[in-house]
Amino acid sequence: MTHQPSDLPVTIARAPSLGERLGDRAFRGLTLACALGVLLLLVGLVVVIGRQAQPAIERFGVAQLTSDTWSTNQDVYGLRPQIWGTLYSSVLAMLLASVLGVSAAILLAEHFLPAPIERLIKTTVELLAAIPSVVYGLWGFTVLIPLLDGPASWLHRNGASIPLFSTPPQGPGMLPAVLVLTIMVLPTITAIARDALAAVPERLREASLGLGATRWQTIRKVVLPTALTGIFGAIVLAFGRALGETMAVVILIGNKSTVTLSILSPATTLASFMATDFKEADSPLHIASIMVAALVLLLITLLVNIVGSLLVWRASRNLRGL
Amino acid sequence: MRVALACLSMITLLTLIGCNKSVNNTGKDGQQAVTLQGVGATFPAPIYTRWFAEYNKLNPTIKINYQGQGSSAGIKNFMEGLVDFGASDSAMTDDQIAKAKGNVLMLPLTAGSVVIVYRLPGIDNLKLSREALAAIFLGKIRKWNDPRIAACNDSSVRLPDLDILVVHRADGSGTTYALSAHLSAISEEWKKDKGVGQKIDWPTEGFVGVNGNDGIATRVGVKDGAIGYVEYSFAHKKDAPLSTAILQNKAGEYVRATVASGTAALANTQLPENLRAFIPDPEGKDSYPIVTYTWLLARKEYPNAAKAKAMRDMLTWVLTEGQALSEELGYLPLPETARQQVLAAVNTIKP
Repeated sequence: MTHQPSDLPVTIARAPSLGERLGDRAFRGLTLACALGVLLLLVGLVVVIGRQAQPAIERFGVAQLTSDTWSTNQDVYGLRPQIWGTLYSSVLAMLLASVLGVSAAILLAEHFLPAPIERLIKTTVELLAAIPSVVYGLWGFTVLIPLLDGPASWLHRNGASIPLFSTPPQGPGMLPAVLVLTIMVLPTITAIARDALAAVPERLREASLGLGATRWQTIRKVVLPTALTGIFGAIVLAFGRALGETMAVVILIGNKSTVTLSILSPATTLASFMATDFKEADSPLHIASIMVAALVLLLITLLVNIVGSLLVWRASRNLRGL
Repeated sequence: MRVALACLSMITLLTLIGCNKSVNNTGKDGQQAVTLQGVGATFPAPIYTRWFAEYNKLNPTIKINYQGQGSSAGIKNFMEGLVDFGASDSAMTDDQIAKAKGNVLMLPLTAGSVVIVYRLPGIDNLKLSREALAAIFLGKIRKWNDPRIAACNDSSVRLPDLDILVVHRADGSGTTYALSAHLSAISEEWKKDKGVGQKIDWPTEGFVGVNGNDGIATRVGVKDGAIGYVEYSFAHKKDAPLSTAILQNKAGEYVRATVASGTAALANTQLPENLRAFIPDPEGKDSYPIVTYTWLLARKEYPNAAKAKAMRDMLTWVLTEGQALSEELGYLPLPETARQQVLAAVNTIKP
């Protein structure tokens, strides 16, 4: 029998046509360009800000970061209160938010609740992330601050010897800013920590329970340590968000260039300071100093985010073998 | 307030988008439709937007968009030629006028009082002498029962042993400018240490900075012992009126802020040729001491004849029928002589 290969399709596979190959190439090029574009954008940002900051860097040098006075009258611009306020407010918010957020994440990941209620709580927490920060700020200013007036006065009366409460409360200040920041970063921590906990293989839990451990022991000794790096990564990413928060902090923190441990005192942060000061900046040195503040903030957030990403990456790598 | 502002800017934005097309269309009566863009001070924003809306009802072919972004933004945008007019509570400096190549008219269209608001339970007739006022804002008086405050009040005013909390603006503001101008006029120490500006290097101890007139009003409204400064209308909101201090004027009299005492302060000052007059410390025994004009920045010459005519017509209306709206919104109508001077300046807008 004569075989006629040309009539019968042996396979549907065929070499890609020229058009398809070009299309593939073009698409790859496009994605590469986009990815490089993002990188260029960041580099461009740093270069432009850095160049504008140059007059201040040349004039003040590192001393600017450790000086307390910011005075347009004297044309002196020290950034220590802003740097301190940024770090202090974010660290305090992280302490509170990590306790609350990780607890909520455990509750949601370990199926303590009936599924519908679990879903409800999960959605509610995630919804917190969708509220614009100015709304948090206004809520804090009109509701939270008046509520705190009483307790804050009590804390100062009875705990003035403790550095945390050593200054008389004035309403806007570190305390309301920290509390609102806590609420704002809660969804980030809860969502990522929950994912980290859920990624712990079910086998580990079963093994632990099988060896006679209680549920609490299982969570504490097996699940949490396994997910620890992931949880820590969640906290660090949330930290990055708290560092850069602007609008809510401007409204709540009282905008005072002070360096104090007291949470009842007004303070300021790099981001909120830039927002209030930039519009009125006139002298070249003033504008340059605001750019230095931007540079410092960029650097801090960048560092924190790199550390956070590394931790999350390590966590997922460690779990791959399980 | 903020929500209202947000709505307002949203509407402005939408009209902006919607209007671009209509610039060259002709209106019903065959007149060319014109859109004027303005940016500037927030202090007069309530009355400006009301004026422009009313004027648009009467003259549908002329649309005026105003965005309250602050005096500095107003001056910047105006000098860069991005808008048809600017607005500023501190007019423009000679440097800025020079940069604008002199093509600028500073037109005071309305004025306002800055009131000192405070919260002390049971006290609504607090008097503050010039010395006490400056000392409080310099952070030199820290307690309400300080003898310097007691000295200017009747013995029936029982001043409490309470810390003074000064609530000031954290953002740059024309209201701060007016207050600091007054304090510079009455206190050598203030003039030397703090000066005049939209932003002040405030003392830290017992001071707190918040955003906007409404921020100060809200905080002073709930915190015992707080004192702050706001534009007149913010102290007289129907749902939350605040106590306002009775201040000592240049003649030594104690005067409460009212439309009458504000107008008296304006009436005693002559506007110079360039219409830029600051009244840091008005004469006259009925004058309220902290008043300020607020300026609309127009060009002497517009490249477009239709725009020049629209500016002239609109400003003429504002300076005649429009003035009646001032009082209702908590502003001070211009005194007659000043009004005539500004009208004359408006008529020189070319072509």
